[in-house]
This record gives sequence, C-alpha cells and structure tokens, in this order.
Amino acid sequence: MMNRIDKTFKNLKQKKEKALVGFVSAGDPTISRSLEIIIEMCKAGLDVLELGVPFSDPTADGPVIQKSSARALAQGVNLKTVLEMTAKIREITSIPIILFSYYNPIHAFGVEAFYKAAREAGADGVLVVDLPPEESDEMTSCWSGNDFSLIRLVAPTTPLERMAKIAETSSGFLYLVSKTGVTGSAGLDTKEIMRHTQTLRSVTQLPICVGFGISTAEDVAAVASVADGVVIGSAFERLIEENLDDPELVAILANRVQAYKEATRT
Amino acid sequence: MNNPFKAKIYPDPKGHFGPYGGRYVAETLMPAILELEEAYNKIGADPDFQNELKALLAHYVGRPTPLFHAKRLSDHLQGASIYLKREDLTHTGAHKINNTLGQGLLARWMGKKKLIAETGAGQHGVATATVAALFGMECRVFMGEEDIRRQEPNVKRMKLLGAQVVPVDSGTRTLKDAMNEAMRYWVGAVEDTFYVIGSVAGPHPYPVMVRDFQKVIGEEAKKQILDQTGRLPDLLIACVGGGSNAMGLFYPFIDDPVKMTGVEAAGKGVETGKHAATLCEGSVGVLHGSKSYILQDKDGQIHEAHSISAGLDYPGVGPEHALLKDCNRARYVSIKDDQALDALKMLCSLEGIIPALESSHAIAFAIEEARRRPTKDIIVVNLSGRGDKDLGIIFSSLNI
Repeated sequence: MMNRIDKTFKNLKQKKEKALVGFVSAGDPTISRSLEIIIEMCKAGLDVLELGVPFSDPTADGPVIQKSSARALAQGVNLKTVLEMTAKIREITSIPIILFSYYNPIHAFGVEAFYKAAREAGADGVLVVDLPPEESDEMTSCWSGNDFSLIRLVAPTTPLERMAKIAETSSGFLYLVSKTGVTGSAGLDTKEIMRHTQTLRSVTQLPICVGFGISTAEDVAAVASVADGVVIGSAFERLIEENLDDPELVAILANRVQAYKEATRT
Repeated sequence: MNNPFKAKIYPDPKGHFGPYGGRYVAETLMPAILELEEAYNKIGADPDFQNELKALLAHYVGRPTPLFHAKRLSDHLQGASIYLKREDLTHTGAHKINNTLGQGLLARWMGKKKLIAETGAGQHGVATATVAALFGMECRVFMGEEDIRRQEPNVKRMKLLGAQVVPVDSGTRTLKDAMNEAMRYWVGAVEDTFYVIGSVAGPHPYPVMVRDFQKVIGEEAKKQILDQTGRLPDLLIACVGGGSNAMGLFYPFIDDPVKMTGVEAAGKGVETGKHAATLCEGSVGVLHGSKSYILQDKDGQIHEAHSISAGLDYPGVGPEHALLKDCNRARYVSIKDDQALDALKMLCSLEGIIPALESSHAIAFAIEEARRRPTKDIIVVNLSGRGDKDLGIIFSSLNI
C-alpha cells in the first residue's frame, strides 16, 4: 500500500501542482487555539503539515520560531501533547503529518515508544533537526515497514557525495535548506536554490521540498518553479505572533495558506 | 589500585565515548564539523604546528605554570598535603588560554580569519579575544545578559582586546543560551568562521580536541609532582562545569593508580533545584551537539542551572566525564555557593591567593578531603583561574 506522503506527491504531480508544506509550532498560542488554526490551515489547502515539537533550546531556529516554541512550552506542551494533537488533526484530514523536533524530547520520550505512539497518532514521519545520518541509527534501528519516514535535511553546504549518501537512506521527501543560517533568515536567492535543487536532483528520485526564509507568495511561486514543494514556517509563526489577540487569527492564517497554495499552482 | 578501564581508547572514530559524545548538529554544520575533524587530525599531528603551539605556550602564556605546595593550608587542615596547579598564573588568568591558543592556531593554519566563541564567566571569551588579537583575526563573543552583569570586568577586557561582545537575551541569559546563539550565528557564517568552543563539550571533534589542548596541565603536573615528591599523587581534584580544566588535569593520569574527583556546583543546594550538578543530579540526553548527562525535565526540556560562579552555571557536561563517571574511573561530587566562598576566604588568608569562584569549588572539596586523609597523602588541585574577575560578587557576598 502506498503511504500518505508518496500518495500526496504523486497526486500533486498529476495535477501539475507543487506541495505547500506548512510548519506550525504545536500548542502556540494555546493548545485549543493551535488546533483550530492547524485544522483550518489543512482545510485551506496545506498539502503537508509539519508539526513542531517545542524545545527549550532550539539552536537551528531564528527568533520567530524560538518565541513560538517558548509560547507553546509556557502552555505546558510536551511531546505527548503534540501526539494527542496529531491524533485530533488526523481525524479531519488525510494529508501527511510530519513531526518536526529536536532530538532530546524524543530521546527523553524513548525512541521505541515514540515510534509506536507517533504511528498510532497518525503521523507519517519525523524530521529531527539535530540528528544527522551519523547518529540516526539509534532512533531508526527499531523501525520497520514503509509507513513512517525519516525526513532528512540537505543544506547548501552539503557536498554532492554527502547529498547522495543522505538521499540513499531517506524516504518520503528531502528537505533542502535554502540558505545557510537559522529559520526565518532574510534574503532568498532563487538562483542559488535552483542550482542546489538541480544538484540534489542528480542524485535522487525523491521529491525535493525547499524551506528556510520563504515568506511571500512571490517567493513561493519562484521556489515552486524549481522544487517539488515549498516549506513555510516562520512566516506563519510571525502571523500568529502579530495577531495573538485578534479574534480573526484563524481566518488570517487560513487566508495566507490559500494565497501560498495558489502560488504553487503553475 | 586495579584499573581495568582503558580510557585512552576513547573516543571511537565517530567521536563516541561509549554511549556518549557524537555529533548531534543540524546538517548545515555537519560539513564544517567534518572539515574541522579532518583538519585537526592532519594539522594537529604536524610537528611544525606542535612546535609553534609549544613556543607560544612557553613564551606567550607563561608555561609551565608552577605546582605549588600549599603548606600553610595543609598544616592548618592537619591532613593530606595539598598542591595547587597554578593555572591562575597563565596569561589572561585561567586555563582557558591553553585551548583558545590551540584552536586559534588551528584556525590560522586552516586559513580562517574570523573567530566566534560563547562565554559564561568571560574567561573563555577573554582568552579567545586575546588570541584573535594576537593572530590579527576578527572576534565575536556571545555572552548571556545575566553573565554580562555578573562578569563586567571581563566584558570590558574583551572589548579592549578588540572583540565584539554580543549580548544574548534569550532563555536563561547565561552560558547555555550564549552557546545556542553562537551555534545559530555559526550556521549562517560557517563558510569563513571558526567556532572556538571553550569546553570539552559540543559535537565531535571538540571534546577530544579541547582535551588535547588542555592535557598540558596534567602532563606538567605529573612531572612536577614526581620532581617535588618522588611519587604520584593520591588524588586529583578539579571543578567541573563543562569540564575542560578537569579533563586537562585528569587525562595524563588516566592509566595511573591515581584517584580523581570532579567538583560540580551545588549552587544553593541540590535539594533546592538551584544548582549546576549535572553529573551528580542529571540524566542522559542530548544538548549542544553531544550526548551526555544534562539537567532536564521528564519531557527533555533543559533546566536552568544555578551557580554563584558563571563558569560552572551550565546544564550540560563533557561526554568524556559522563563515561568516566559510569565506569567509576572518576568520582563526581558537588559543593555549594557558600562552601566555595568559605574556601576562597581560607585560601586568601592562608596562602595569599585569590582563586576564581569556579576553582574555589575544587578548593572547598580539597579542604574536606584533606581533613579526612593522613598527612602522607598528596592531593593535586587544579587552581584553574584567578579571582579578579569575581571581585564584585565576592565583595557583595562577603559584605566587604
């Protein structure tokens, strides 16, 4: 049976669309509000959801996601909460849900318990920011089957040989980091992205999603013209931060999803 | 003493000390870390590099530092003889310079012209700024706002040396957050910037590289104690934050029948939760690129550490210490803020030496241990730094 991630990219290809991948910190600003936001974002056209597990020391994230992570932690959100949220989101949508985490919360939860609980909750994979291929066996050695993917990062600094090695042990899709720097950094260089995407394409058949620093519909259209998917994170979190007390918060996010989604249709 | 543990086989080629260590970093940094490892293996083994480093350690840092028999202190305690390894007498006043000189020189050999560093007490920041000035490099030091307040003289020293001090206002505003911010900056500047990590922590190859640059402490101490007493010491004592001065003293003795004790900061008391006793009270997890003991809650969120000494105020510890603890090759204990202050006063009045608050933790445990031991026993304590940077806190704590 084809898993949800493979199915999603196959369908999009048939429709000649690119994937809109949305990152949201789970539990920001509150657990219930976060669920409302995410569910409406899914309905508004997200193709893949990346659900962020908040961490106290997010070393790869810029200030926007640091703050969203801190707001979620202040609500008492932990990995268990995130998995409960995942199960609720799964009830209303069939899009792939990728958990996005630093390694320590998963390590503390227990890698085997995490694998079991994440699949039961309806998650389709996990991206662990600080777990490079050199260390990931300790998490994946208990995995079996093809219904749960480890999404790996490829960076602009990754040499070709290493790209090939990463691609070889990946499934689902590859997440190409658009630029050196933390999440939410400014200054998108589409030419560079095109170059890196083409290089990566030469060593893999997997779909390539590009993220970091993409914030406008124009950015999305530009990246969508070269990649199979566009990842938006800080831009959503910035909207949440700027409209924390606005009763229209959910609608604001849903509208933005629609605008981005439109830009992925070529 | 029967010691079946062979620590010198660690780390393995991937940087693991048994179950600890490794490289838990974002992909953007991996190529830089692999490049650093390759460069270190190659350049570090080059006799020209080693000779250049040796000459600088002798003529710039002032090595070897003395091993001083603290006779009045020992007599006062009526127990074991205490010898102090005087790292406080190095240029810049702490052991940190041994490592920054090594890494700075490596950066120069690698053709990197910009250094970044994190700092807690400011000693590592000062030592990095010093080396940057010496080699004509740009230097940026990340420091928590809380530590900037606590260690003001060192902030000014860094600025005077030409470094840019970047205040960090995220999280607990201490060393852990300074390290987060340094890593974030490095991710964006990795192509031309060398990250000088100040402790035996961080991703491989840092723990082994920093240990190698610090082991000069133990190598000298071993020779000096043999010269002065004709035998090996019974016990080594050093304070442990990240653990670089302790690893530096311990490592050359690791296959010898010598006991070793690392002293962590118990802050206001481990029972209050306000402490930095990571090995004594923490659990296994991943922080800042390596697996080791850390202070965390059940969900894997990192706890705030507390210590009167900014250099020990860190919720992680080097992975090699985690291994030494598990194998019972070294023992780890903790000393409270007020015990450290008492020890500081005693060393001032009996020996005329003002130790850093970090080192005062090691002195405090040495005082306890010396009292318990016969006069024939020999204890070597790493006096890792001088107390000038702490005078503000010392004066206000002691109402001077």
